[in-house]
Amino acid sequence: MASKEYTDRELMVSAAAAEIDDGDTAFVGMRLPLIAFQVAVSTHAPDALAVYESGVIRDSPADGFIHTMCDLPNLNNAVSTTGMLDIMSRLQRGDIDVGFLGGAEIDRYGNLNTTLVEAGNREIRLPGSGGACDIACMANRTVLLMAHEPRRFVESAHYVTSPGYARDGTGRDDHPAPGGGPSALVTSKATFGFDNTGELYVRTLHPGVELDAIADDFPWDLQTAADLGGTVGQTPVPTDEELSLIRTFDPDGFWTGE
Amino acid sequence: MTVSMTDAIGRIAPGSSIAMGLALEHAIPFAAGHELIRQGIDDLTLIGPISDLLFDQLVGAGVVSSIRAAWVGNVSAGTGYRFREAAESGSINVENHSNFSIGLALQAAAMGVPYLPTRSLLGSDIFAENDRFLEQEDPFSGDRLALVPAIEPDWAIVHVQRASPAGDAHLWGNTGITEPAVGAADNVIVVAEEVVDESVIKRDPSRVVIARDQVDLVVECPYGAHPSPVAGHYNRDNAYYLEYHGATRTQEDYDAWAETWIHGVDDRTAYRELIDESALSITQETIAPEVRYGQ
Repeated sequence: MASKEYTDRELMVSAAAAEIDDGDTAFVGMRLPLIAFQVAVSTHAPDALAVYESGVIRDSPADGFIHTMCDLPNLNNAVSTTGMLDIMSRLQRGDIDVGFLGGAEIDRYGNLNTTLVEAGNREIRLPGSGGACDIACMANRTVLLMAHEPRRFVESAHYVTSPGYARDGTGRDDHPAPGGGPSALVTSKATFGFDNTGELYVRTLHPGVELDAIADDFPWDLQTAADLGGTVGQTPVPTDEELSLIRTFDPDGFWTGE
Repeated sequence: MTVSMTDAIGRIAPGSSIAMGLALEHAIPFAAGHELIRQGIDDLTLIGPISDLLFDQLVGAGVVSSIRAAWVGNVSAGTGYRFREAAESGSINVENHSNFSIGLALQAAAMGVPYLPTRSLLGSDIFAENDRFLEQEDPFSGDRLALVPAIEPDWAIVHVQRASPAGDAHLWGNTGITEPAVGAADNVIVVAEEVVDESVIKRDPSRVVIARDQVDLVVECPYGAHPSPVAGHYNRDNAYYLEYHGATRTQEDYDAWAETWIHGVDDRTAYRELIDESALSITQETIAPEVRYGQ
């Protein structure tokens, strides 16, 4: 069998881009979402807008590779370069349709940890929230991206940096965070949704991935779309156009390479 | 009011709290941070939203006691090893924030009110672990809100494109929480790529982000934000961030790194000899349309 023609992270970018609907205002943070927004606005979502907590607002891809939201290609020809409170105020009002989050650890109900993880008997300090807690609390929906590694999937997050759904199965009904909560998780092996109780379920498997192989990665009995009356599909592979765009926006594969 | 970097930083007392890196990855006052390290001004409390490397460098130099911030690391590479080691060993105290909560804390101080309410934080351990955050029911709607108490830094250090000797400053590109921090701080140092005649600033007053009444000291320091980018002046030195990541995994390695990049140079002029500025220059110039005022 020929080796596949895209990397795991290129597939993740494609899947993340698909989570941006045309006309959405998307809150974009660090890493892969920087590329995913540029793909979305170049393909199916030409009227999407990106906001960044640094104060940048864009309606188009950057004309050059960006490590960060503040790299000059991301400021150049922006719609607006303003301050953080302007951006966070939009978020707090409920005007942000979708926000992107990463995490070192995720639990069954989409609670994310980017602050402090346990490894054996020691704690490892991570950089922290940035704007992630704010996005998790207040965006209308959030899309979570992380590498598919068993250590990242935990029954209960050691530290909740960015709240997902309540652990008692009541979703966001009585949750103090006003936003809609996570709508999707994209890993390097599958995409997941969250059911009415806020619990994670397998939505699609990436090509070549078997359900049995990933179920063991989770320390709980992982549910799937089939358990909820649907079917587990296959994640669409990146189109030639998407791959071409990803490799234009990230020409050396810094974010999306192997 | 225009002084040398050495003079400006020398006025900061050990034990001070300093807000820096307020425009996030943009226009970070690295030159000022390195001068703090050279002068050994220690026991500092650092305040910021995310810190893209500068806080890690100050922690590595041993001049930091506390950090109140939303994120500390290296945006290109993730981990800041000096911060991580210090936080894990307990040699620094860390107050975890979100970007919005640190912005609101500074905005509250800038507005002269004791706190600001937010719909963020609730349900997170950032809120749960910190007694300074309180939950309160909105007396009007009954909604649950988190109250974020004001933070008043002793100092804010801000990097801008240009400023007058009086301290009026033009800053463009994204500003992060620059305005709230300047409003909140007791003392403000403006570091400018260039100090210009007051008439240059007054011809475009809408671009003034910081006004003279808020400013104590002005320092002219071209390239003073390297390796971070400054709109219209130079790009982010991405290679520097990756090299730093690889070169500072241990304290010994950091010390060797700092010997070259901080202690090995007397000032920013000498520092500039270490970098290839031509690789960072603006290659695609965007010039804004003329802005007209008048009477």
